[in-house]
Amino acid sequence: MQKLANPKLFLRLADMVRPWVLGATIVLLVLGLYLAIVQAPQDYQQGETVRIMFVHVPAAWMALFVYSFMALAHGAGLVFRHPIAHIAAKAAAPIGACFTFLALATGSLWGKPMWGTWWVWDARLTSMFVLFLLYLGYLAVWSAFGEDNRAARIASVVALVGFINVPIVKFSVDWWNSLHQPASVLRAGGPSIDSSLLTPLFIMALAYAGLFVTLWLLAMKAEVLTRRIHQMQVAQAGEA
Amino acid sequence: MNAVTALIGRDLKTVLRQGSSAGTAVGFFLAVVLLLPLGLGPDQALLARIAPGSLWVALLMSVLLAAEGIFQSDYEDGSLELLTMGETPFEIVALAKALVHWLTTGLPLAVLAPLLGFLLNLPPDQVLPLTASMIIGSLGISLLAVLGAAITVGLRRGGPMLSLIILPLYVPMLVFGVSASSPATAIGGETAASLAILGALSLAALVMVPIAASAALKAHLQ
Repeated sequence: MQKLANPKLFLRLADMVRPWVLGATIVLLVLGLYLAIVQAPQDYQQGETVRIMFVHVPAAWMALFVYSFMALAHGAGLVFRHPIAHIAAKAAAPIGACFTFLALATGSLWGKPMWGTWWVWDARLTSMFVLFLLYLGYLAVWSAFGEDNRAARIASVVALVGFINVPIVKFSVDWWNSLHQPASVLRAGGPSIDSSLLTPLFIMALAYAGLFVTLWLLAMKAEVLTRRIHQMQVAQAGEA
Repeated sequence: MNAVTALIGRDLKTVLRQGSSAGTAVGFFLAVVLLLPLGLGPDQALLARIAPGSLWVALLMSVLLAAEGIFQSDYEDGSLELLTMGETPFEIVALAKALVHWLTTGLPLAVLAPLLGFLLNLPPDQVLPLTASMIIGSLGISLLAVLGAAITVGLRRGGPMLSLIILPLYVPMLVFGVSASSPATAIGGETAASLAILGALSLAALVMVPIAASAALKAHLQ
């Protein structure tokens, strides 16, 4: 872990890993979409619209996972002063925001035929919306304070305070009577979904995770290189 | 302890003599209460139904409006930096600042709001629950506003960002505050239960905000 603090070494490792993750993502995505769209049976109540689940649920999982990851990375960055940790969180944030938006948008498209409305202000939807705003606020901090150590520490505070929302999103369907269905996969007593739907769902989730890792490694590389360019520009200006 | 009371006393005196931000917040609150019935139409039944929620939203916005300046002058003239070097833990300093903000902005607005409820046709039997919920909630509201101010203190135009970061965190307080003051929308149905949760939220903020705010301020000052 400590060796990765060397950006050069980190970039080399990331470049080595990235093509493999990208390949796995493509394979999983093709397989998952085939299983989800062609193979999976229709739901006896929802008909074809149940297939929205395969793009909606993994996006929502990733939205929560990425925010938790950011909070964890910032926590590690504060405790161990690992220089890559803050960059890792920063690179993950825009991707997480996209996943949150995807979950909201696909959920809305699913809600119209199933619930008869694009949007309701119930606990799960509202807390997810709040998560999206937290992502935006977090990104605003980085864009306002530049990229130095100060920005990293302030972003840490924002990310860690906002983490309070993650368990609220997760348990919102248990705590309040919600139009959104309660947890049916990650719950005590095992999943309540049939394996013919569950297998494609997990494959899609893995594909989403692979996509996240690919984009995240790319974003971190871009961030490290941007900083290097910035340092070089400063050095050049100093010489001139 | 002596240093803390001195700090609180100094800040209170400054606010009372300048009266700037707190007075603006009250004026802003009045303006929002004026605009709402004009925008929604003067339907008395509708106003009665939305009065608690409207007053709560107006309260949150007014408090945030006054928040931007909490640390501004101390940051600019360097006294904040001096305070980090003192013997008093910086978390306590942040707490003292929050207390002053609560006493000068949060609490006055919370007391004033239910009175303005009469302009919005607030049913008389909801005045007391609304006052209680606002007084209990205003402590947490002020604390979070202080956190926002600590995060954005170094920015020239920190106001919009402060709102973007802090308003989402106000959601639970708004939900339980409104449900305490309007029994019709109460989630658990019980005013007392909502007030208890609101109190819990304020107490949680009382513990966590000073730590987070002092971390943010120290990042600005290093």
